[in-house]
Amino acid sequence: MNARKLLQLVALISVVAIAAALSYNPIVQNTKLGLDLQGGLHVVLQAVETPDRKVTQEEMQQVHAIMEQRINGLGVAEPLIQLEGTNRLIIELAGIQDPDKAVDLIGKTALLTFRTADGQTVIEGKDLKEAKEALEPGSNMAIVHLTLNSEGAKKFADVTRANVGKQIGIYLDEDLLQNPTVSEAITGGQARITGYGSLEDARRIAMLLNSGALPVKMEMVEKRTVGPTLGAESLEKSKAAAMIGVGLIFAFMFLYYRVPGFVAIVSLILYSVIVVGILTLLKATWTLPGIAGFLLSLGVAVDANVIIYERLKEELRAGKTLRTAIEDGFQRAFTTILDSNVTTLISIVILYYLGTGPIRGFAVTLGIGILTSMFTALSFTRMMLRSAGGSGLFNNKKLYGA
Amino acid sequence: MEIIGRRKIWYALSLLILIPGLISLLLQGLNLGIDFTGGSMLQLKFERAVTVENVRDVLDKANVGSSTIQLAEGNSVIVRTHTLEQSQRNELVGAMKTQLGDLTVERDENVGPVVGKELTRNALLALLLAIIGMVAYISFRFEFKFAVAAIIALLHDILVVTGLFSIFQIEVDSSFVAAILTVFGYSINDTIVIFDRIRENLRKKKKDENLDALVNRSVKETLTRSINTVLTVIFVLVALLFWGGNTTKVFTLAMLLGVIAGAYSSIFNASPVWYDLKQWERAQRRAKAKAA
Repeated sequence: MNARKLLQLVALISVVAIAAALSYNPIVQNTKLGLDLQGGLHVVLQAVETPDRKVTQEEMQQVHAIMEQRINGLGVAEPLIQLEGTNRLIIELAGIQDPDKAVDLIGKTALLTFRTADGQTVIEGKDLKEAKEALEPGSNMAIVHLTLNSEGAKKFADVTRANVGKQIGIYLDEDLLQNPTVSEAITGGQARITGYGSLEDARRIAMLLNSGALPVKMEMVEKRTVGPTLGAESLEKSKAAAMIGVGLIFAFMFLYYRVPGFVAIVSLILYSVIVVGILTLLKATWTLPGIAGFLLSLGVAVDANVIIYERLKEELRAGKTLRTAIEDGFQRAFTTILDSNVTTLISIVILYYLGTGPIRGFAVTLGIGILTSMFTALSFTRMMLRSAGGSGLFNNKKLYGA
Repeated sequence: MEIIGRRKIWYALSLLILIPGLISLLLQGLNLGIDFTGGSMLQLKFERAVTVENVRDVLDKANVGSSTIQLAEGNSVIVRTHTLEQSQRNELVGAMKTQLGDLTVERDENVGPVVGKELTRNALLALLLAIIGMVAYISFRFEFKFAVAAIIALLHDILVVTGLFSIFQIEVDSSFVAAILTVFGYSINDTIVIFDRIRENLRKKKKDENLDALVNRSVKETLTRSINTVLTVIFVLVALLFWGGNTTKVFTLAMLLGVIAGAYSSIFNASPVWYDLKQWERAQRRAKAKAA
């Protein structure tokens, strides 16, 4: 018996146990759940383009900013709002209680126009910088205060000059919101609309004007909502499935491979801690496909061990000593693991680049898993096996399945 | 175990599943979900039990034609229709509430037709790029013939899965695409491990060993590993299939079929195809030598 090697073995197992125990709480506390696991709303908006009206990057940035503003009012913890490609905006609101309200708010993507009495469009949403309700200091009258951008201010000055005494209609798409009369030429880019019953009325119009102030019409091309109960149910079920799946793998590895099987289990626990830890550090969101990806990567990690142990058995059967068998087994298994994993990684990378949303999450999880499994199988499993083999406690070749 | 000698039997077994699948794909295609076609899907959980007829009634009154209704566990109903506007959808849910009792909306999906077309295009593009990438890598690390054989085995796996989904008209969604691509990445793993062994055995080949014997030996040497690895993945997938909830069923089923097909093709198709390619090349060379 070799006490030093045995000590090393115990130390390695302890390190893994401590790492798992210490990382448990921080990981659980920092885990973000996707909307399929806690309920929520996923929306894809696409700019409506015509051949002679292409949307610009700047306009999309504007849309992004406006949506951010609107959604901030909803009080969602961590809204995800991001541009995709040249003409799309993705909005994800996990854990939202009333998705319908959010959809209504986001959906108010109508195009704002100011039109003269003869129906000519003179001002568009992109000319408007901001609309805000206010109480006029003197009269305490509710008003909406408009601020136009420089181009809008110029246009507005021309239009109001030409239309003094006439009405200018404010439309959202084809809905007439209001039809104020121009009292004088407005040249400074600042205008006020009067005639509201209450501040609440003014606020509603201001919000609509702001909502309508999208530089381009957006269409909701995709909407998915998951109710909170269904999400919680999915979470519970996938947790159960994960436990059962992992349990089956562990049982199989131990019963079939004995000592190396036990080594594999310790190594798989370390593997899980590393992968989940990396995902948590990357602030990745756990989704159903993500969990599936993690479980499958566990399969890949097991495979690396299986390849090594089958090699080990072969070397032992060929009559080598335990020590040389372990070394040669790893040597030979290395190219196999490398080549087989690289080919898998090729398709994972492609899945990542061409996939969207949850599919990307799946690819990330699986990809990190494969890289980590190569590391744990080739370094940690090796250290463990060397210690176990060197300790002298497990010298019987039967213990290695040979 | 006779892999090469009986390869015609192994090919025939594959064809036994592939041909009906292909015929079904040509005749009835896949049962495409709204992720591909565009449309709306509502999963409603009612307080009281409802029947398909109840729901159909409400849909008809609301003039939402051409919809499919499916009962799920726990008083849940899944309704699929053409794309609904937000206002139409609100009216429909309202009508369900007043006529069939209180309900909660568990899932509500609306997919425009553009998104569906993109999904299909991206999936095909991804497959194509994955094939190119793998052929390049395998040709670089092994040789071109190995790459061809591996890809044929992979296409086999994908056709088996899509064929079976077509025969049984199981509805496919975007997760099906992810499953296919994963099978693609996963099953190549198996094939490579066997090819790796053939490559190694070729290097220290004994003079009197024939190529078919060498391939047989290589497959046999890696057989335990192939089976054990697939078993562990199957454990996970079966756990997901039976305990993992409804939302991931399509994905898991596609993966499970794909992994099984992949294990089969890695053992029984990939190496025999490579062997046949090798034989064919030899025959070509011999013919050339004779002509010269």
